Amino acid sequence: MKISMDIELTDIPGQLVLALKPVSDLGGNILSVLHQRDKKTPSGRIPVQLTLEIEEQGLNRLVERLKERDVNVVRIGKERLKESMMVLLIGHIVHTDLGETIDSIDSTGFAEVVELSLSMPGVDKKSSASVTLSAIGKEELKEALNILERTVNKKGIMIIPSI
Amino acid sequence: METKLPKLVRISIVGLGNVGSGVAEVIRRKQEEITRKYGIDLKIVGVADLPGAVVDENGLSEDAIRKFKSGETAEDMTTLDMIKDVEHEIVVETTPTNVENGEPGLTHILTALESDRHVVTSNKGPLALQYVKLMDLAASRGKELKFEASVGGAMPIISLVKDNLAGNGIISIKGILNGTCNYILTRMREEKLPYEHVLKEAQERGIAETDPSNDVAGRDTAVKLVILANSIFDRHVSYGDVEVAGITEITSEALKLADDAGYVIKLIGEVDGGGSGECLKVAPRLVPKDDPLNVGGTLNVATIKTDLAGDITVIGKGAGPIEAASAVLSDIIGIYR
Repeated sequence: MKISMDIELTDIPGQLVLALKPVSDLGGNILSVLHQRDKKTPSGRIPVQLTLEIEEQGLNRLVERLKERDVNVVRIGKERLKESMMVLLIGHIVHTDLGETIDSIDSTGFAEVVELSLSMPGVDKKSSASVTLSAIGKEELKEALNILERTVNKKGIMIIPSI
Repeated sequence: METKLPKLVRISIVGLGNVGSGVAEVIRRKQEEITRKYGIDLKIVGVADLPGAVVDENGLSEDAIRKFKSGETAEDMTTLDMIKDVEHEIVVETTPTNVENGEPGLTHILTALESDRHVVTSNKGPLALQYVKLMDLAASRGKELKFEASVGGAMPIISLVKDNLAGNGIISIKGILNGTCNYILTRMREEKLPYEHVLKEAQERGIAETDPSNDVAGRDTAVKLVILANSIFDRHVSYGDVEVAGITEITSEALKLADDAGYVIKLIGEVDGGGSGECLKVAPRLVPKDDPLNVGGTLNVATIKTDLAGDITVIGKGAGPIEAASAVLSDIIGIYR
């Protein structure tokens, strides 16, 4: 599971290494560390943004160990939808029940439409839209694309996926 | 001192349209160089077009070909009689593509192989419809049937895969195989103009035909994919097996939305080795701007995915008489190497 986490360290040397060690001890994988030495919180601590991958059951233990080391955990964000792709749609997108089109993806539970830009040149003209799909994994993303293809094909809408 | 005489290679050209005339021109232009480099002496002993054929066993001059083409001189015999009866080694078949029944090219090629002549062609129809039959006939006669010019014009794909990438497993090929569609999509994006407008412009510039449907509906790309599927992937497919969508529905708004997100839209043909998840389709696709498949204008491009060499991308001119003649000439020389 991919996690983003905001933590705060006391402003003495060696604290960052101290904070990162439990992640690898628990079998996690650090994806990025944003350490802003020159920014301080009102209480004089140093904010750090972490992105890491760790098993769900390891997460609680990680938070415990960070607390033991005097690291404040101020936010934990679970980024469930890891994979994204953009597709274009061309056709009568709005008048063929856009809500239902989006719902065909959102109702899967493993994928969502996370962004949509629509261009409507005229009432009787075809609209164009860019749609970003996100899913929990590569296979799920593929399946979401298949579902969207089937849904829009029935509505006479052209879909342009990426290569 | 003994000088080795160059090997005489007599050629007939069937179909004196752009490509056929281009072949006659490049042979004339390159004759001495080819003799010097490859030790073969190319001689055009016959040319044929709709009325029939003119022949000269001593070689037809530029003037003789021009006069026949313009109707000033009459034919000596029928095209099929020339293929069968005039002594020569190679028939260059450059009549227009017909994907309904492959004719007249199909009969020309069959007759040439049955008469024990090598065939070099730019004609997609017979290959797309009767690939296995034609290749079996060529093999049983011990003759070559080569067709580099039929896919991607001057851009080498077939010989690149068969010769230079020998030993590699070819996983897939995808690319832009139609210069007209590429021109239209490139201009629509650059000038933010609607499809109909750019199509008209392409027709005025001679880039799109008066009836552009073969190109813009994706059919030309589909036929080329069939040739690649059969010749490179041994897939035994024909035109009807291809999933085809064209570019006529693409809006300039869609191109703008793609552009904003870092993509261009291209008409992409894609073929793989079949089996699970097999692919044989032509469709507009989003291509990241920094992908090698993002080439503009009338250019063609193909990315060949291989198991050893990784991805290889070739870019070249897909159309034009001299460009197509370049591929025909390479095939001719390839027979004697």
